[in-house]
Amino acid sequence: MTLEEIIKPENRIYGKTPLLTETPMHYCPGCSHGVVHKLIAEVIEEMNIAEKTVGIAPVGCAVFAYNYIDIDWQEAAHGRAPALATAVKRLNPDNCVFTYQGDGDLAAIGTAETIHACNRGENIAIFFINNGIYGMTGGQMAPTTLEGMKTATCPNGRDVSMEGYPLKISDMLAILDGTCYVTRQAVHTAAATARTKKAIRKALENSMNSKGTSVVEIVSTCNSGWKMTPHQANKWMVENMFPAYPLGDLKDR
Amino acid sequence: MEEIKLMKGNEAVAEAAIRCGCDGYFGYPITPQSEILETLMALEPWKTTGMVVLQAESETASINMVYGGAGCGKKVMTSSSSPGISLMQEGLSYIAGAELPCVVVNVTRGGPGLGTIQPSQADYFQTVKGGGHGDYKLITLAPASVQEMADHTVLAFDLAFKYRNPVMVLSDGIIGQMMEKVQLPPHQPRLTDEQVREKYPWATTGKHGRAKQNVITSLELRSEEMEKINNRLQDKYRQVEQNEVRFEEYFCDDAEYLITAFGSCARICQKTIELLRAEGINAGLLRPITLYPFPTETIAQFAKHVKGILSVELNAGQMVEDVRLAVNGVTPVEFYGRQGGMTPTPDEVVKALKSKLVK
Ligand SMILES: Cc1ncc(C[n+]2csc(CCOP(=O)(O)OP(=O)(O)O)c2C)c(N)n1
Ligand code: SF4
Ligand SMILES: [Mg+2]
Repeated sequence: MTLEEIIKPENRIYGKTPLLTETPMHYCPGCSHGVVHKLIAEVIEEMNIAEKTVGIAPVGCAVFAYNYIDIDWQEAAHGRAPALATAVKRLNPDNCVFTYQGDGDLAAIGTAETIHACNRGENIAIFFINNGIYGMTGGQMAPTTLEGMKTATCPNGRDVSMEGYPLKISDMLAILDGTCYVTRQAVHTAAATARTKKAIRKALENSMNSKGTSVVEIVSTCNSGWKMTPHQANKWMVENMFPAYPLGDLKDR
Repeated sequence: MEEIKLMKGNEAVAEAAIRCGCDGYFGYPITPQSEILETLMALEPWKTTGMVVLQAESETASINMVYGGAGCGKKVMTSSSSPGISLMQEGLSYIAGAELPCVVVNVTRGGPGLGTIQPSQADYFQTVKGGGHGDYKLITLAPASVQEMADHTVLAFDLAFKYRNPVMVLSDGIIGQMMEKVQLPPHQPRLTDEQVREKYPWATTGKHGRAKQNVITSLELRSEEMEKINNRLQDKYRQVEQNEVRFEEYFCDDAEYLITAFGSCARICQKTIELLRAEGINAGLLRPITLYPFPTETIAQFAKHVKGILSVELNAGQMVEDVRLAVNGVTPVEFYGRQGGMTPTPDEVVKALKSKLVK
């Protein structure tokens, strides 16, 4: 096949879903954020709910999520997305409402908002990108940073005697009566990506069906923050992140 | 139909909110304003008007719920007292930055810190000078009666939507707790979702056939663009300053001495004016109803004719700075205040005015 033939639309086997805008993503090549955005956009399209979905963007690398998925968005203060989502959903019960948050946003500064939104069983989906680091601010320690993992604010590795332990917040959220679905997924392989997409769909369906709060944690890479190539980062994630944050459903009610 | 009831200032806020078609209230208990949330929970407006009422896990959450609800074009509010309002400052800055309408009621208590649960006006600076980060303004109403607690709740929503700006009702423990007769505002139905979409085309309601997505944000990383936004906000504040100054004059026409006071303190000073006049001292009271925008021009005009101005406040001297700016040295400006939850008697203010101004 010549190049001209390969790029013909009829020969295309993979493409941008229409709900993703033409705006070039600012994410580092290899970053999980972009893949998760695409999955969310695809699911919203497949469920045909783009007209009644409102996303809440975090403060973190995904702060510009609204530039990439063509739905209505609100950009929250750092950690407060679940509070915004609470009001958006309660005041517009027919809408599908989700937050998109990093580990610093969800599990450090926004811990209270996260836990209480989940505990009230707000009918929202929470997409949680756990890359074990503060990507946006240049790679500082997150609550989810692994023991011994080096970051800008624990340059000799996280010392649990000083900095405490990696926070398994999804496990905490799974024991709350308000959550209906808590799962931990990844997007490092095609198979994992397909499973994540299913999880995203279930979470958005739960929001539409008022089943309670769904949390989809996506164990992710931050190759820039981790100072690795995308390939190394995926390998490191499998070897180090997955043992601490095992993939699979924590709760499905 | 006129309905006159006897109730607390805090209860009047709750009643007025439901009646004016408020869509949502989010709040956290704190003295001396918990009756607002308690009254709403007792009245169960979700069964009648459909209004959402939620006890949040903190004031941080409350104000961010307000942000989310306001972003959907809904009529939403919260209330708190001083320490809780401090926790809301980041959220207020975001709401001002994203140009969203909302109402926040502060039933002020004395600080700093945990301070006292007794009334105070020490949050004046925090309210009218910013409070949160960045250059923004809160339109600020200062009720001096239970009637005004009800009226200002309604007016605050009108101003909030007129300017797409947060409005603070700056009350205090006296006005919140005291009982007076009040004529409640007429019932206005809540807007339907279709009406919200039509009236507020900027709201994140879900696109519902709209060609372009709506985004509620205060973020702009390009400095040239951010400066334009800053300038637009400042233009809006100039409009507010031109159109929305409100104040009340009490025996000001022939006044030789002027007292400036707001809220509960103005109620005390009304009596002071009567006592002074009985002694043959022609004093008048100028009560700012809007603290931002401040009645600068009016005070500047009075300054030309009076022998002196006394600012009386329940704090260490905050509004007096704005009075001095307005007066600009034209006439003496003195201050008298009580702190810590103490309130002056009318006699005390008489003495203060005589010793500081009447030579
Ligand atoms: C109140 C407040 N504190 C701190 C910051 C600075 N800040 C911005 S993003 C961020 C951390 C983001 O990390 P995470 O949530 O893990 O998202 P990531 O970038 O890794 O996706 C911090 C600390 C802020 N914007 N606001
Ligand atoms: S810094 Fe990390 S999280 Fe942020 S875009 Fe780059 S790789 Fe992704
Ligand atoms: Mg992170």
